Amino acid sequence: MAMPEIRLENLIKRYGTVEVLHGIDLTMQSDEFTVLVGPSGCGKSTTLRMIAGLETVSEGEIFIDDKPISHLDPKERDLAMVFQDYALYPHMDVARNISFALRLQKRPKAEIREKVREVAGIVGLTELLHRKPGELSGGQRQRVAMARALAKDSSIFLFDEPLSNLDAKLRGQMRAELALMSQRVKKNMIYVTHDQVEAMTLADRIVVMHLGRIQQEGTPEELFKNPDNKFVAGFLGSPPMNFLDAELVEEDGQLFACGDAFKIKLPESRKSLVASNKNQITLGIRPSDLNYDHEARDENAFDLKVIVSEYIGAQSVLLCTCGNINVTVELKSETPIALGETLRFAVRPEGLHLFDRTTEKAL
Amino acid sequence: MIRQSLNRLSPYMFIAPGAIIMAIALLYPLGYMVYGSFRDWDPSQNISETEFIAFKNYITLFYDPAFRESLSVTLTFAFTVVVAELFIGVGLALLLDRNIRGMSVLRTLFILPMMIAPVVVGLMWRYMYHPTIGTFNRTLKSMGLEGVDWLGQNALLSVVIADIWQWTPFIFILALAALQSLPRSALEASRIDGATNWQQIWHIKLPLMMPVLIVTALLRLIDAFKVLEVILVMTEGGPGLSTEIIALRISRTATEFRELGTAAAMSNYLLILLMLLTCAMFVFTKIQEVRAARAARQYQEEG
Repeated sequence: MAMPEIRLENLIKRYGTVEVLHGIDLTMQSDEFTVLVGPSGCGKSTTLRMIAGLETVSEGEIFIDDKPISHLDPKERDLAMVFQDYALYPHMDVARNISFALRLQKRPKAEIREKVREVAGIVGLTELLHRKPGELSGGQRQRVAMARALAKDSSIFLFDEPLSNLDAKLRGQMRAELALMSQRVKKNMIYVTHDQVEAMTLADRIVVMHLGRIQQEGTPEELFKNPDNKFVAGFLGSPPMNFLDAELVEEDGQLFACGDAFKIKLPESRKSLVASNKNQITLGIRPSDLNYDHEARDENAFDLKVIVSEYIGAQSVLLCTCGNINVTVELKSETPIALGETLRFAVRPEGLHLFDRTTEKAL
Repeated sequence: MIRQSLNRLSPYMFIAPGAIIMAIALLYPLGYMVYGSFRDWDPSQNISETEFIAFKNYITLFYDPAFRESLSVTLTFAFTVVVAELFIGVGLALLLDRNIRGMSVLRTLFILPMMIAPVVVGLMWRYMYHPTIGTFNRTLKSMGLEGVDWLGQNALLSVVIADIWQWTPFIFILALAALQSLPRSALEASRIDGATNWQQIWHIKLPLMMPVLIVTALLRLIDAFKVLEVILVMTEGGPGLSTEIIALRISRTATEFRELGTAAAMSNYLLILLMLLTCAMFVFTKIQEVRAARAARQYQEEG
């Protein structure tokens, strides 16, 4: 059974006179795990809550399989939701929490019991069915919330930052379990998070939002390799991308990006940029694209002075300066380096991202 | 050695002033009343001249039909008003638990009755209930209906209505506070789970408000047993004994019948009744604390 396609058309949300969503157009394919990601206040939760029916739509429309639903009550939309603070019913035990929706539908008792047993098995709660939420740990509560959503058998599954109240270790574990569950339970899932790692690991498709607008959507790989603009480039990836202001200069038929303390050769294909008169650019380079190579040629390399070295195991993150700009690089920890030393890092042409300095769009 | 024991005593020294005031202002009169209740005591006598009669006052009262009538009026009155106030107060709170413009003004208006002095409330309602010139009967007559004998045949009902008018706001305010502190996301989850407004009230809101409601109801019950002024002003306990609640009977026994011993014994009966209610409330909160502590412990053990 194919799960429905969800389409948002020019979705706008206003609180009083303040517009917080400026027209969201988005199609979420059936059986797809979509992650809405962005910093706090970017409108991702509002978008999700509008799909859920917990917020009214100021303008625009939400379609599920071409049927407009923005006027419907949450209960008529056939969806389940997992909340950030779990939103369990404190006075009901785990079994009653899970079965609440089914009991409201007046399903037969035996069926409800069977369903509770089944979903409790999926999330590993079988032993705890008679505990109250107050007697459970954070991770267990999270599982109850998940089980409750699963029990509903609805075709759309919404997650509103479900892992952000857990500690780091548990979050990693639950993230893996979620990934596993999303493979087993084929549903149309929409997941909201501010954590780009969650977004990258879970998503079939990521939608990056910022300031009430969609910045870019695509597979994690597309977004990571070809960010549409400086915001997306800086938001995805850890440690974040380095940005250096540069000017395009043509010398002897070669194109260079020149900055305070570097002059990097750009590929032939970029020559059209000079013609279009966009000389003021921002150069973006991911820390992982800078390779320690003391034999690299001038035109492919940065000379960076190491100020801080953060040891994180196999890799170390170095904070360096290039002229008076800070640049981070990743390096194998065994590489012998000293603080204060100036090292040469090579960059491959694919590792160079160019952005228009005023519009911040990718070039 | 001395220093040590002084140190040990210092907390008690700090408590002492409060304890002394408590003893003088609370325990002494209470003890005096209990002592008096075992004596045949006329106001003209000094208490040391009075005769000790053991439990005779209590026994006489126990078999006194007038006292029993008064007790039953009190119980009827207290339970009726508390049940009615709970229904109306909680109902109003459920209705008004939303963002309406001017809600804060509305809320202040709602609690006004609570702030009026009981004597004034009594006078006001006595005027409104007046058989010929009262607001109610005049209104009824202008609509072509028969007037109602408010403070005659229907006296108990009339005082119940007045009390409901005055004290429903108390329950309303506390119920509203309880409602507004409910977890928002649990209510949203129930909407997604498919609960209608009624189901939300029945399955989520009311169960979660219950601890507050039980304490509120007990507080109101204790208060309702002691009500005096409003009824004194409105009916003076009449007609007959139909609205003679215990507090009123105590005051009349002491002042009109000049039987201080009997009045003291009656007060003690009332006191025992209220103590039972207070204990019930105490036990209830204690049970809740234990439950919360157990939950917290379990949570800690599992980390």
